[in-house]
Amino acid sequence: MTDDNSLEIQIQDKSVTIPGKRIVFDDPMPLDSGIELGPIEVSYQTYGTLNAAKNNAIVICHALTGDQFVSETHPITQKPGWWAMMVGPGKPVDTDKYFVICSSVIGGCMGSTGPVSVDPKTNKPYGLNFPVITIGDMVRAQKRLVESLGIKKLFCVIGGSMGGMQVLQWAVSYPEMVFAAIPIATAPRHTAQNIAFHEVGRQAIMADPNWCHGAYLEEDKVPRAGLSVARMTAHVTYLSEPALHRKFGRRLQDRTNLTYGFDADFQVESYLRHQGFTFVERFDANSYLYITRAMDYFDLAEEHNGMLANAFKDSPVRFCVISFSSDWLFPTSANREIVHALNAVAADVSFVEVQSDAGHDAFLLKEPGFHETVDGFIKGCAERWFNGQGAGTGAGEGLRL
Amino acid sequence: MKHKDVALRTDLKLIAEIIEPDSRVLDIGCGDGALLDHLTHNKSVSGRGIELSQKGVNLCVGRGLSVIQGNADTDLQYYPNDAVDYAILSQTIQATHNPKHVLEELLRIGRRAIVSFPNFGHWRVRASLSIAGRMPVTKSLAFQWYETPNIHFCTINDFFALCKDMNIKIAQTLFLDQKGQQKKLIMPNLTGQQAIFLLDRA
Repeated sequence: MTDDNSLEIQIQDKSVTIPGKRIVFDDPMPLDSGIELGPIEVSYQTYGTLNAAKNNAIVICHALTGDQFVSETHPITQKPGWWAMMVGPGKPVDTDKYFVICSSVIGGCMGSTGPVSVDPKTNKPYGLNFPVITIGDMVRAQKRLVESLGIKKLFCVIGGSMGGMQVLQWAVSYPEMVFAAIPIATAPRHTAQNIAFHEVGRQAIMADPNWCHGAYLEEDKVPRAGLSVARMTAHVTYLSEPALHRKFGRRLQDRTNLTYGFDADFQVESYLRHQGFTFVERFDANSYLYITRAMDYFDLAEEHNGMLANAFKDSPVRFCVISFSSDWLFPTSANREIVHALNAVAADVSFVEVQSDAGHDAFLLKEPGFHETVDGFIKGCAERWFNGQGAGTGAGEGLRL
Repeated sequence: MKHKDVALRTDLKLIAEIIEPDSRVLDIGCGDGALLDHLTHNKSVSGRGIELSQKGVNLCVGRGLSVIQGNADTDLQYYPNDAVDYAILSQTIQATHNPKHVLEELLRIGRRAIVSFPNFGHWRVRASLSIAGRMPVTKSLAFQWYETPNIHFCTINDFFALCKDMNIKIAQTLFLDQKGQQKKLIMPNLTGQQAIFLLDRA
C-alpha cells in the first residue's frame, strides 16, 4: 500500500504534519533480535525519475538525526535539506539523471515505524515496548521499500556516519543488489569511545524525570532537558577543536565581561544550548535511545568470525570510502580499516582522506575535494554501469573487475 | 565509449609496452592515474592504484579508476598474495622508507614487478658531487637536499646487486638517456638517467 499524501506524526508534545510518501508492509519483518515487527511503515522521499529499465536508482542513507528530507526545505525546521549541497539537479548526486530514494530509518521519529508509533497490540505508543533494532534491521526495511518500487539492483548506495554503516550493511547483506557503494566518515564497528559518548547521551535522557521510564507520551510530558543535554554532548563530538576555536574561540556572548556565574558567558555555551533547544523540537527522546543503540550494536566483522575482510569476500560491489582528516568520532583510521579489509579480498575500492578542519560534520559540508570525489566516482561508475556490459537490471550483472 | 588518451611520459609508455593485455595491475604511486588510465583503455587491464596525495587520488577517481590514498611503506601489507599479475612502482622506490621490504611486497602481491627509478650513478650526478661538490639537482632529481622526498637513492649497479642479494630474477632492463629516450647503452650506470626493471620471483 503506497500513499503519496502527507502524514501526521507525533514529535514530543505536539503532532506535526509532514509531506511525503509512505508505504505499509503488513508482513511482519524478522529483526536481528529474533523478534518479529509488523506491520511496518516506511516514510520516504524521492527525487528525480526512475527510468524504464529501473536501473538508475540511488539510495541515500541518513545519519543518526537525519531524515528523508535530503534535498528540500525541512517541514519542521524550515531549513534546507541536510544534503541539499550534494543532492539535486547538476549536483554530484544528480537528480536530473538519477532516481534518488531516502527513507527515514525504522526506530526513528519521522514517519517510519518507531517508538512513537502505535503498537497494534495495545493501541498505545510503543515507547520502550518497541524492540531494539539494528543497522541490519534498518537496511532490511529499506530493501523492502526498494523492492516494492520494482527495483532489482541499485546503481549506488551512499551515506555518511550512521548512513555509512547502512551503506556497508547494504553491500555486505545484499551485494547482488548494489553496483556501487559510497560509505563516508564511518566505521566497520562502533568503538568503546563511540559507545561511551552514546551512553552519556542516553543516561542524560533517562535521568530526566519527564522521561517517565519511556512513557512520557502517555504522561503528556517531554524530557526536554535530557534530550537537549544528549544533543549537546553529541554535537561536540561532531566538531573539532580547531573548528570550535575558529567559530567561537573564548569570545563572550552578548557581554563584555565575565559574570562570575553560570549563565552562558561564552559563545560556545550559547551555541550548544541553542543546538540542544532546537533539537528537542524535531526529535523524539526514545528514538534517540533506539537509534544510538543500533549504532552501538554495529560490528560488521562479528558475524564473520571477527574477520572484517570475510564480510567483503567475493564482493562485486565497487566501493569509494571517504574520510575527513579532523574527524575524531569516525577517524580516518577507522575508515582505513574498511579499505584494508577490502584490499585484503582484492575488492574494487577507492579511498580519499579529505583535508578539513570541520570534524565529523564535514560530510555535511562542501569541503574542497569531497564533492569532486563523489562526483568523479559516480561518473566513473555510470560509464561502466550504463555503457559497459553492466547495464542490466538483474542481480549480479554489474561489470566485475 | 568516448575516451581521451593522455600523452604518457616516456618511462610510463615503456612500462605500458611490457604489460600483457587483460592482466591485473597494481600501480603504486600512480600519480594522476595516466598509466592506469592508458592500460585500462588500451590493454583492457584491470587496474588498481595507490597514491599519496589527495589531489592525485581525486584525479584518478574522477577518471573512473580505483585508487586508494596510501603509501608503499604502510599499505602494501593488506594486499593478499598473488593479487595481481604486475605490481608497478614507478619513480617511487627512492622515496620509500624501506625499499628492500617494499620490493619483497611487490613480488608477493604481484606475480611480476616493474620498478623504475632515477639512476644516482648518472655522470651528471657524479659530476655535481665530484666537481662542484654539491648535492645534485637535475631534471629527474629536481629537489634541494633539504626538501627532497627522495631518501634512498641508488645506482643501477646498486639495484642489480640488491636483486642478486634478494634472489630476484631480472627478466628485462630498459635504460633512458638524459633526453629521456630509451637507448641500448654500453655503460648504463654512467649514461642512463632512468632505469626500468621487469622482475620475477626466484
